[in-house]
Amino acid sequence: MRRAEIVTAVLLGFFSVYLMWKSGEPPAWDPDVPRFANIGMIDGEGPGSGFWPFWLSAIMLVSCVWIGINWYRKKSPPSVSEEPFLDSYGKRTLFFVGMGLLGFLILIHIIGFYGGILVFMIYYMRFLGRHGWGITSLVSVSLVVFSFFFFDIAMRIVLPKGYLEPLFIPLYDMFL
Amino acid sequence: MEILLSLFNGILIALEPINLGLAVIGVVVGLFVGAMPGLGSVNGVAILLPFTFVIQSFTGGATSPMIFLAAIYYGAMYGGAISSITLGIPGASTAVATTFDGRPLAMKGMAHVALVAAALASFIGGTVSNVLFTAFAPLLASVALSFGNPEIFALMLLAFATFVGLGGDDIPKTLFSICFGLVLATVGFDIISGEPRLIFFDITGFSHGIRFLVLAIGVYGIGEMIWTINTSRYGSSMSKVDVSWASMIDAMKRFQEAWRGTLIGSLLGFFVGILPAAGATPGSLMSYGVTKMLSKNPKEYGKGAIDGVAAPEAANNSASTGAMLPMMTLGIPGSPTTAVLLAGMVIWGLQPGPLLFTNQPDFVWPLIGSFYVSNLVAVLVNLAFIPVFLWMLRMPFTILAPLIFVLSLVGTYAAYMDMFDVWLMVFVGVGAFFLRILDYPVAPAVLAIVLGPIAEPKLRQSLLLSDGDFSIFFTRPIAGPITVIAIILILLPLFKVIYDKIKGKPAEA
Repeated sequence: MRRAEIVTAVLLGFFSVYLMWKSGEPPAWDPDVPRFANIGMIDGEGPGSGFWPFWLSAIMLVSCVWIGINWYRKKSPPSVSEEPFLDSYGKRTLFFVGMGLLGFLILIHIIGFYGGILVFMIYYMRFLGRHGWGITSLVSVSLVVFSFFFFDIAMRIVLPKGYLEPLFIPLYDMFL
Repeated sequence: MEILLSLFNGILIALEPINLGLAVIGVVVGLFVGAMPGLGSVNGVAILLPFTFVIQSFTGGATSPMIFLAAIYYGAMYGGAISSITLGIPGASTAVATTFDGRPLAMKGMAHVALVAAALASFIGGTVSNVLFTAFAPLLASVALSFGNPEIFALMLLAFATFVGLGGDDIPKTLFSICFGLVLATVGFDIISGEPRLIFFDITGFSHGIRFLVLAIGVYGIGEMIWTINTSRYGSSMSKVDVSWASMIDAMKRFQEAWRGTLIGSLLGFFVGILPAAGATPGSLMSYGVTKMLSKNPKEYGKGAIDGVAAPEAANNSASTGAMLPMMTLGIPGSPTTAVLLAGMVIWGLQPGPLLFTNQPDFVWPLIGSFYVSNLVAVLVNLAFIPVFLWMLRMPFTILAPLIFVLSLVGTYAAYMDMFDVWLMVFVGVGAFFLRILDYPVAPAVLAIVLGPIAEPKLRQSLLLSDGDFSIFFTRPIAGPITVIAIILILLPLFKVIYDKIKGKPAEA
């Protein structure tokens, strides 16, 4: 945990510097404006567009340095903790849940939300939760049916359906 | 006396069978729309606005349609707390602060206490705001108008100041979190100069900015769920939920502990709700911060304080009535939902503004009467449904967890109809999980992303007015004291460190 604390503070410190650099970016349509011209007061316009994010990012950088000092002086709980940042269970959980979510997100682009929900629920309940096929099918299908009627039909919020779109056209004809 | 008579007549009209029926339907619809992640009162009111034309064709006036919409508004305000407490996903932005303590209470097997506290605090917040609305509408509208840019920025500064202590004692991490949220709120196009800002790696999805619910659902839906799975090791830590009558009565008794938060939320929420461009979300977050600051046990907040549920819930209901005030008396909507209601009033041939109370008393008083009736209906319906909501928590965790993941993804898409936001939400959630392991508080970042888009323009417009002179925040009669109080609060942890050093105590980080 101690190493994770300082590595994170350093990474967030670099990110703060990136944000400061990015805040001072001149508008693309006016290449003559120098970088960081927008982080102070502009005559007749008040503070420039980069004023607020630049100085806030600077405070973020100062905070990261402060976190680093606390780490060196062993003043924060993670800086004195001997526990691992993630134990083997945590790594395995993050991997399986993360892969499931990643798969769900990719599937939304291919077979839409409803197909994705079905596959994700089966993956999670059957393979991670070790529930029987009966309860898995019941919950998964019920969730798809409820979501369709709540979002697409009642709330008129059309969720993406990907390649499964043609399957829903008869349902629209029936209920809309 | 005249006001009381008008109100009494208004309540009688609101209690007519057709209007009462519409209020009940509106509350139930609002409750479910509000409880659904990603959807809030604005969705319910906007989607059902066309339906009110059907109501108008039956009833003939604008009163019944408006009662229906107001009931949806109330129901949604109550409903937002349900998913915040039971699932840990904020049902709407107005219920984010409810998650801070509602979720820990549910994790301790005390979801019924949190749900009852939310319902009763909402009722009290709604009632207090209705009384203030009835008695002081024109006066309060003029007070709200006296709040210019420096005053509103000072108020935002005060909100941040109350939240400095939100993340515990780690000041640099809290400071980082607040500033990070504020910077994320600037992503997209600058509304003053029109220049693109912080479009990370030139990804076009960032051009519309990082939306509030993306961050809130990511942090509290995905991040919280991964955290729970990691710490509970798949054991259901919420299975002890008790749904008996005795437990409900006990929960009502325990609500006495929440009087302070309820009172602060009711009053502060109403006032923040009145302010143009503020609304219920800042109102609820500020009430949470102030209640925590004034509490004798601030360390209990975030771990399951009943006051931490009551304050934001009283505030968001109170603010929802408060936001109606400038809409009806000045024609200025205080929130997106009241903007839709304003559109409805205009479509029905009404002219919101200072003359509405004198020219259209037969519309105004039944509407105000319906606020009282809807509020009562909402608390009764909400209390009746609590066993149904608690049933969700009895599900095995291996069913509840994927359900929450699905609702988080669908809710984010439903809110903005953009797949980029869904990807970003998951990314934010995983990032929040890692930061939480290292004790970075995420709640201040959530507050900052709500208040950032309000605070920045107010700061810049104020400095434009003063020609870059920061003394504008100190020299004005309202802004000055608020700014000074905010600065003292911000510096309070530093004073404490210095005091501890002098006293020879070991200083906290």
